[in-house]
Amino acid sequence: MPGLGTSFGRGGATTYVQDLQNADCILIEGSNFAECHPVAFRFVMKAKERGAKIIHVDPRFTRTSAVADIYAPIRSGTDIVFLGALISWMIEKERYFKEYVTAFTNAAYLVSEAFGDTEDLDGLFSGFNDVSGTYDTGSWHFEMEEVPRSDGNGTCSQPKRDETLQHPRCVINVVRRHFSRYTPELVEDVCGTPREAFLEIANALADNSGRERTTAFAYAVGWTQHTIGVQYIRTAAILQMLLGNMGRPGGGIMALRGHANIQGATDIPTLYDLLPGYLPMPSTLREEQTLEGYLHHAAKPTGWWTNTPKYIVSLLKAYYGEAATPENDFAFEYLPHISGDHSTLPTQIAMKDGAVKGYFVIGQNPAASGLNAELARAAMERLEWMVVVDAYETETAAFWRREGANPSEIGTELFFLPSAVVLEKEGSMVNTNRMLQWHDKAIEPAGQARSDLYLFHQLGLRLKALYADSTDPKDRGIHALTWEYTSDDPHERSLGEPSALKVLQEINGYVVVPGKPRDECPQVAGFADLKADGSTACGAWIYSGVAPDKTTNRARNRKGDEIASLDWGFAWPANRRMLYNRASADPDGKPWSERKKYLWWNEEAGKWDGPDVPDFPVNKAPHTAAKAGASGLDAHSGSDPFIMQADGRAHLFVTGALKDGPLPTHYEPLESVVRNPVYKQQSSPTLREWDRDDNPYNAPESPDYPYVLTTYRLTEHSGIMTRYVPWLAELQPALFAEIDPELAVEKHVRNGDWVTISTKLGEIEARALVSGRMRPLRLGKGRRLHQIGIPYNYGSLGHATGDAVGDLVALAMDPNVSIHEAKTISCTIRAGRRDTFGRSAADRDVPADQRTIQGESHPHGRDGGAA
Amino acid sequence: MGNGFFTDTTLCIGCKACEVACKQWNQLPADGYEFSGNSYDNTMALGGTTWRHVAFIEQTGGPETPPSLNKWLMMSDVCKHCTYAGCMEACPTGAIVRNEFDDVYIQPDVCNGCGYCVPSCPFGVVDLIAHADYTDGRHFESDGRNHDDATQTTGGIAGKCTLCYDRQKVGFTPACAKACPTESIQFGDVDELKARAKKRVAQLEARGVQSYLYGVDSDSSVGDLNAFFLLTERPGAYNLPERPVLPSTHQPAGYTSAALAAAALALVGFVIFRA
Repeated sequence: MPGLGTSFGRGGATTYVQDLQNADCILIEGSNFAECHPVAFRFVMKAKERGAKIIHVDPRFTRTSAVADIYAPIRSGTDIVFLGALISWMIEKERYFKEYVTAFTNAAYLVSEAFGDTEDLDGLFSGFNDVSGTYDTGSWHFEMEEVPRSDGNGTCSQPKRDETLQHPRCVINVVRRHFSRYTPELVEDVCGTPREAFLEIANALADNSGRERTTAFAYAVGWTQHTIGVQYIRTAAILQMLLGNMGRPGGGIMALRGHANIQGATDIPTLYDLLPGYLPMPSTLREEQTLEGYLHHAAKPTGWWTNTPKYIVSLLKAYYGEAATPENDFAFEYLPHISGDHSTLPTQIAMKDGAVKGYFVIGQNPAASGLNAELARAAMERLEWMVVVDAYETETAAFWRREGANPSEIGTELFFLPSAVVLEKEGSMVNTNRMLQWHDKAIEPAGQARSDLYLFHQLGLRLKALYADSTDPKDRGIHALTWEYTSDDPHERSLGEPSALKVLQEINGYVVVPGKPRDECPQVAGFADLKADGSTACGAWIYSGVAPDKTTNRARNRKGDEIASLDWGFAWPANRRMLYNRASADPDGKPWSERKKYLWWNEEAGKWDGPDVPDFPVNKAPHTAAKAGASGLDAHSGSDPFIMQADGRAHLFVTGALKDGPLPTHYEPLESVVRNPVYKQQSSPTLREWDRDDNPYNAPESPDYPYVLTTYRLTEHSGIMTRYVPWLAELQPALFAEIDPELAVEKHVRNGDWVTISTKLGEIEARALVSGRMRPLRLGKGRRLHQIGIPYNYGSLGHATGDAVGDLVALAMDPNVSIHEAKTISCTIRAGRRDTFGRSAADRDVPADQRTIQGESHPHGRDGGAA
Repeated sequence: MGNGFFTDTTLCIGCKACEVACKQWNQLPADGYEFSGNSYDNTMALGGTTWRHVAFIEQTGGPETPPSLNKWLMMSDVCKHCTYAGCMEACPTGAIVRNEFDDVYIQPDVCNGCGYCVPSCPFGVVDLIAHADYTDGRHFESDGRNHDDATQTTGGIAGKCTLCYDRQKVGFTPACAKACPTESIQFGDVDELKARAKKRVAQLEARGVQSYLYGVDSDSSVGDLNAFFLLTERPGAYNLPERPVLPSTHQPAGYTSAALAAAALALVGFVIFRA
């Protein structure tokens, strides 16, 4: 989540859901909070009961809107205009929290003269290369000046500042100018949100921010799943910085996670380009053949990431044990290196083109919930083997007998392994609060079902046995891999199940005692104990402290209280619940107000006090001066709350780290029904696309596809897991399309009728749910726009069935995190059912000369593509 | 006195956790997989195998054509456990009793499935459970894992909310109230719940929200309801009777008219045969 990461330092939600009840106002946008997170929504309702104003901005009037104080409709895909206009309004009306902004953000820094804004270059930033479709970010920097080093040894460079915020190249003024054309009138024309609703929201946010009051933001995949998704979150981050709501009770940005363990799957990642604890994966594209080369890129001279060597060396010790020595760079070369974009979508395309031989599918169902789902299914036909691990037969496991497929022509060897469900295995899950919670095994799994941990443990054991006799140097990593997780429980051992606790203990980390077996090495108490000399091992530094000794598992803790509940579970890092909580006090260390007191400097005791673990060096006084040229946190002053950042501040303007711009800019979605009213540049210049016969895009403003289609999930379903459960299936038994009454009349569709929705990629059928909850929007120049909503949860198996929306959505992705566009596409609709299954335009097989190389995407706009 | 539910519709988010928790605890089968087209409501009504039901009411209005949506009301409905229960009066076997928690309870081993209670409920709550669906009160065919148990059917009987009698017996909160994430469904001593509910009405009024309690200080013939509701619209909006009437209140008039009819027939017969 680099939107939050580049702004504040860490990619996780900045607060915990229980803290929402302390908010005076909550803006929910890009999330259907009540439907998708009903249990966490309890705290929104508590805030409402305490008098907070609840605001929901969404293309559809949902169950969240039903209980909100203010609901504002918006055209899907235009949130940057809406939020950008709020930013502009706050600055122009001087409603932002000036003291907070000056003290804790980079507002006063001067941006380099070389930087060119989208206002000057008609929708592009300086440095764009239109052949590669990428930016050279060299000009997105600050004007630097040389200052004497604190230790007297020469000088070091620092960004130039103007604390009076008068200089035209001050970050705050660059931001002001960048968003100056984002006005309430533009919001009305572009987003279709009535001006009065916009102003009511702007006033509510401003009235409920500042010293005495705080506003929280909550978002989910409604903001992330766009070709400019990262920049949506950046816009919200800038707004929350200006309002001074970060690191304060009832403030922050709540990134709501879509599944029970999505946070965990990011921390100890299933992502191809990260190692556990947000350490980058070594890459052949950088000079990273050695540990030194890797650290040159991964470690930072100032801020928290000066500790990177400790974390990577401890990780290598955890992976390779005694084989990792100072002499061999701690076996750094055993780590696999990435050589390009190996994320899901490119891999899917490469699979379709025959470049992928084998496929593990665990806890996923690309044949039903994937985008361009038919491409995913057709790709499976080209595999040699495929392993599906699930509690039910998924559409993915059944791809070979889907509608329209001929099993006798499919050569893929399929292995289906039944998995245990949550109550049938022990382990931890990490929720949206970044909190590990342990769960026990309550009952035996049915039949031959086994835990996921069993699968990986056994796979490791068998691979080690398979390669035991190999003398090939590339297999040394498999030889050296430590793999000692056998359960101490005789029953579990007889089933082949490993001990989840032993895995957790390794993740926590331990002191390596030479000559002693793992069992006799003591645990480390937390990541402060980790060393870069090979004397400690740690599987994921951010979780360190969860199992500080052999008998303690803090993920088991279950003692709650009315504030931060530090004895319930274990939240990374170091059990902090609210990140950046130093910002809850003013630069002098006093709470901004009594009402919003959270952390404060205790002069007598010489430490920070409060109900939470300080996200700051606990004894560092507020007036401690920054040491110019020093390393680590010494380079920060006692009033720099964002310790992960190199300069200790929140970043309104982000230098270099994002691939699509230092400031958010409105681009239309790839398949927009509207010409970009703000810039000449229609859609994101850096988005990645695959314009080919099996992945065609609707052209922008195509008269054949005049409606906006947006997708979402329902409370009643997750996917295959719930569609087999009778009690859930009866609640939402079939796929439906939500359409407004006006469009229904125009298309001669009555409520409950079958309708067919199509794009250039494909067509699906659904039951019409005609409702005033869907509202036609009035855009600029009197244009009337209809939006159609279709839930994402369906497939052909189970009790509740329906076509997969993924059959309508072609693959396209953002350049930063390879997130797909799933929330805004264009479509058309007609009454009646589809005739046959399938492709309206795309062929099942692509001629060889039209294929891209192994899943590589095009830069957007080349080859006469959709733009 | 007794235990009951206070269902505050202003806190309901329509998640249907109550419906699922009820069916899971009471092992009730799904009623089918038909798409209704009625907002987000596909189970449609309370019945023999649906003992909690969340109603979704889309209210439209305003000057636009077609009118836009004003409100989306959600309300978790349940057996009202009336002070004067029509089902209990009609039951000829004594299967329906008022239990020690002051709730109206159908004893499954006594009920013979005659169905008299069904039309006697002024709220349309009680219904007969189909033959194969009910066994010993715990296991149902559609559960799958308990197929052997499910074959030991005992025949059709009447079904409705028990206010989780079995859970109350061991001091547990009923399943629906336990599962409700927003405290829209509250369980407890009815008098305490009523006091809390009255405060809630006043609190809402102070915020400018008009609401009232349905089934408290009632002057209708069913008396007060052990499961009562806080509503913001007229009862009819939620498909509740404006003024529920106990069927037996029609009895005096019914008997009188029957007697009059008999007398009239006798008179006519007398006249005819005399001729």
